Amino acid sequence: MNTPFFRPRHPTPDTQPSAFRTYTILSVVLFLALFVGIMQGAVALSPLTVLNILLRAAGIALGPVTWQSADETILLELRLPRVLGGALVGAALATAGVLFQGLLRNPLADPYIIGTSAGAGFAATVAMLVLPPASILGFGSVALSAFVGGLLAVLLVYRLARVDGRCSPVTLLLAGVIVNAVLGYLGSLSILLFEGSEFRLRQVFTWLMGGIAVNDPRQLLAVGAIIVVGIIAAYGCAVSLNALTVGEEGAQALGVDLDREARRIIVLGALLTGAAVSVSGLIGFLGLAVPHILRLLVGSDHRRLLPTSALAGAALLVLADTAARSLAAPAELPVGIFTALLGGPIFLFLLRRNGRESGWR
Amino acid sequence: MAMNPGIHLQAVHFTYPSGFGLAGIDLSIGRGERVAILGPNGSGKTTLLKLMLGLLHPGSGTISFEGEDLGGMSRMARARAIAMVPQELLLPYSLTVREVVLLGRTPYLHRYRGPARVDLEAAQAAMAATDLLSAAGRPYNELSGGERQRVILAMALAQQPRLLLLDEPTRSLDLNHQIRMLSLIRDLNVTRGLTVVSSMHDLNLSSLYFGRLILLSSGRVVADGPPDTVIRPDTIQEVFGVSVLVYRHPALGIPWMTFAPDAGDLFSTREDASEAINP
Repeated sequence: MNTPFFRPRHPTPDTQPSAFRTYTILSVVLFLALFVGIMQGAVALSPLTVLNILLRAAGIALGPVTWQSADETILLELRLPRVLGGALVGAALATAGVLFQGLLRNPLADPYIIGTSAGAGFAATVAMLVLPPASILGFGSVALSAFVGGLLAVLLVYRLARVDGRCSPVTLLLAGVIVNAVLGYLGSLSILLFEGSEFRLRQVFTWLMGGIAVNDPRQLLAVGAIIVVGIIAAYGCAVSLNALTVGEEGAQALGVDLDREARRIIVLGALLTGAAVSVSGLIGFLGLAVPHILRLLVGSDHRRLLPTSALAGAALLVLADTAARSLAAPAELPVGIFTALLGGPIFLFLLRRNGRESGWR
Repeated sequence: MAMNPGIHLQAVHFTYPSGFGLAGIDLSIGRGERVAILGPNGSGKTTLLKLMLGLLHPGSGTISFEGEDLGGMSRMARARAIAMVPQELLLPYSLTVREVVLLGRTPYLHRYRGPARVDLEAAQAAMAATDLLSAAGRPYNELSGGERQRVILAMALAQQPRLLLLDEPTRSLDLNHQIRMLSLIRDLNVTRGLTVVSSMHDLNLSSLYFGRLILLSSGRVVADGPPDTVIRPDTIQEVFGVSVLVYRHPALGIPWMTFAPDAGDLFSTREDASEAINP
């Protein structure tokens, strides 16, 4: 079944690369992705120019200005925020994916599974149809609605799934699927009902396909703060997520306060996903695949899985977004296409290399 | 009695929403005892273990552990003192033996700090005690049933508990592994003074390995004492509805049970035979 080339490899503490090496490689990959992301686009800039512009912006002028001021504007005001936004969104989605897969003990769980996608999608659709494009603190009405809608939907799912003060993963999963379906159709219905909404169809469709849009540095700052704090707090759930491997009762027998930890994980996952969605619309696949890819590479210990997934998710989305805005420039392709095109083959390669052992039972 | 170390249940009632449960359980298990809980399916063995573990809370009555009210203990303190070995453990994704055993250290871990040297040493010691050192790097999901059972035991030992609860530890094991498992548990009890309470199905193995048997029937304790006082034809007939012969093991002198000549004809003389088989 396994040729020597596709040798099954189970990442164990004995065989997996050292933590230092893993983090170094992932950091370098992320850094290169960020740099390529800033370089590439409708207008390609040379690496040296990019470096000089960045250094100059940081207050270090090394040589004469050899570039047009438009290049500087493009780089600092358009590309830099967008690339950073992409990195934040990718890290947030990958982290939320690990959180929900671990909590629900389900390999098909992704950041949207307990209601975020439909909640955010429905709210964003309604916002595009009826709300004026106002802006609060750098957030457009669509972004803000998506954020709030995603959180409200998760809250609804959590309340629906909570029976007698307890909330089992299976009920949570089912309630999420149902709320996602109902809200999804309500979104479609609202498009049909609103007069003149044909003109907005394309806008809604594009948003649902996902695309990174950072319109204001304040928005980047706010989203960045939520995501960075969320990722750090998520790391604090690693011990409980590991304990959850042995099931709910097993985790409780190990002293885990299951209700409190589940609430914490759900809130963090919803905040991370909501913040990501407010910047990027619904980017699929990444939050599902990145945790699987990293599980195959570093094993299932959440203390390693969480930070490595965040780094890899950031790098993957930056690269996918770069491809999305460069390949058909000046037109822009939906970034979701490229997260799947880049992440899919990596995932499949690793899955094949590991034989039947996907890391999941 | 409250000062007596060990675990003590006083007038404990517990009812599931379905109506099943335990009624009026009075039990006192001292430190260092080795106790088997016996009884038919649904008699409340697992429920009793979960009450002692603190996973379920009595509807009325009290459970005290080492003189302290079990319900008043913090989750962490409880998980450091009492460990449970479940019937089986299925992992949603693969972990190595070492990683699974290390999960036993959960009640000792800080949210933002990894396992310390003391945690790794405890896991190592637990694997040594269960003869798993050579399997430490193997994926749990690829192990045999007997090995898995030892891994689950090692995980519980890594908690460094003073009371070890086991839920039918020999279920689904072959004869050799049943003996190995029970010998291991007995050794842990004898050499470390670990208090052991285990639910069991096999009456003869219980007689062989446990000094005290507690027989449950429909949520009540119907017999409690050394094997001689529990493994008796009348008691077994009453609780399990099977007629047995009990004699003394020729070499060990412990009570030994086998089926009476008419035990295989449980339904043949009854008019409701077909109904009982096909309710």
